[in-house]
Amino acid sequence: MTSRVFEVFRRERAGAPMQHAGSVVAPDARFAEIYAREQYGRRGESEALWLVPREAVGEIDEFVDEFDLKYRRVDGYSIKERLREARARAGTSLRDLPGGR
Amino acid sequence: MDGRTEEFLANVQSGGLVEAGDWMPDEYRARLTKFVEMHANSELMGVLPERDWILRAPTLQRKLALTAKIQDEAGHAQLLYRVVEDLGKPREACLDDLIAGRAKFHNVFHYPTKSWGDVGVIAWLVDAAAIISQKALLKCSYAPYARIMRKICWEESFHILHGRDIVLTLVTGTEGQRELVQEALDRWWKPLMMFHGNPIPAEDDPMVHWRIKSQANEEARQQFLEGYVPEVWELGLTLPDPELRRREDGTWEYTEPDWDELRAVVTGHGPASEERIAFRRLSREDVDWVSRTVLAEAA
Repeated sequence: MTSRVFEVFRRERAGAPMQHAGSVVAPDARFAEIYAREQYGRRGESEALWLVPREAVGEIDEFVDEFDLKYRRVDGYSIKERLREARARAGTSLRDLPGGR
Repeated sequence: MDGRTEEFLANVQSGGLVEAGDWMPDEYRARLTKFVEMHANSELMGVLPERDWILRAPTLQRKLALTAKIQDEAGHAQLLYRVVEDLGKPREACLDDLIAGRAKFHNVFHYPTKSWGDVGVIAWLVDAAAIISQKALLKCSYAPYARIMRKICWEESFHILHGRDIVLTLVTGTEGQRELVQEALDRWWKPLMMFHGNPIPAEDDPMVHWRIKSQANEEARQQFLEGYVPEVWELGLTLPDPELRRREDGTWEYTEPDWDELRAVVTGHGPASEERIAFRRLSREDVDWVSRTVLAEAA
């Protein structure tokens, strides 16, 4: 019997997301639990732990933007120039309008 | 240097982070593995001088606090050996190298402890010196190491307080208790001044080049002096270096440590090196049945 790697996730306090904390090496899930309790929970620093065998973790680390989908993001828009132009055409200034700054 | 390595170097030098599964040049992996392994060994060996004092702690509260600190340090070794394992070197191989005297650990753990005063000075000042290096490692280009360092730094902060509390209790006690602290400081000052290593300029340090480390040795030592010498002096204690003084520009002057002694000590020729390694060897043999039982039971 050889040991396996278990990835450890921890929730710091109620309502916080589970975050990857590190990993432990253990011969089985029972020992992994004992080790994880000691290493990631003994100081009351975690509200809950998740243990996942490393081979059960699927990783995706490539996100190709083939169709240039930047219109879905805030940085996909640049309105500064056109706003200035629109104000010039209308002859307005935000400062002079009611509620304006 | 091939193109891929050049690209990797440019990335880490400009703040890029490396994860365990990422490709990395052999030199980076080798230097990083050796560095983290040395750190792990230091945590593991660092519990031995303090372990000697569990049974001799003056009160139950001190005994419990010391035990908790020792458990933390042993836990740090566990966390760090995990980082080393993911870099490709099994923990068993690290421990084999350690007990065979082939691996290094920090200079301060090669010296004996003589009194309860040493326990206070170690927890306060050795841990303070260590936390300075460890805080700088939060910026390490190898992200799994940097993340573990966050947890370690959080735990170390209680150790410094525990040490300072011991020292404060002793200096506000009897003349004899105060003497214990002064003698301990006199013993530990030289090793403490060597702790951060000889002053290699950052631009010549390959560890800085690969952004494994981001702080030059001398910078760490200056930070230690600036932070802790005044705290020692304010207790009416002295430090055994007649050259020690703060210059106008805020940097500290001190007697150049004997770097040959540092080299000799970390290669296993310190006053307690042999005894400590022998103890680690003995305890490994002693608990071997536990590993065998655990593995057999789980099978």
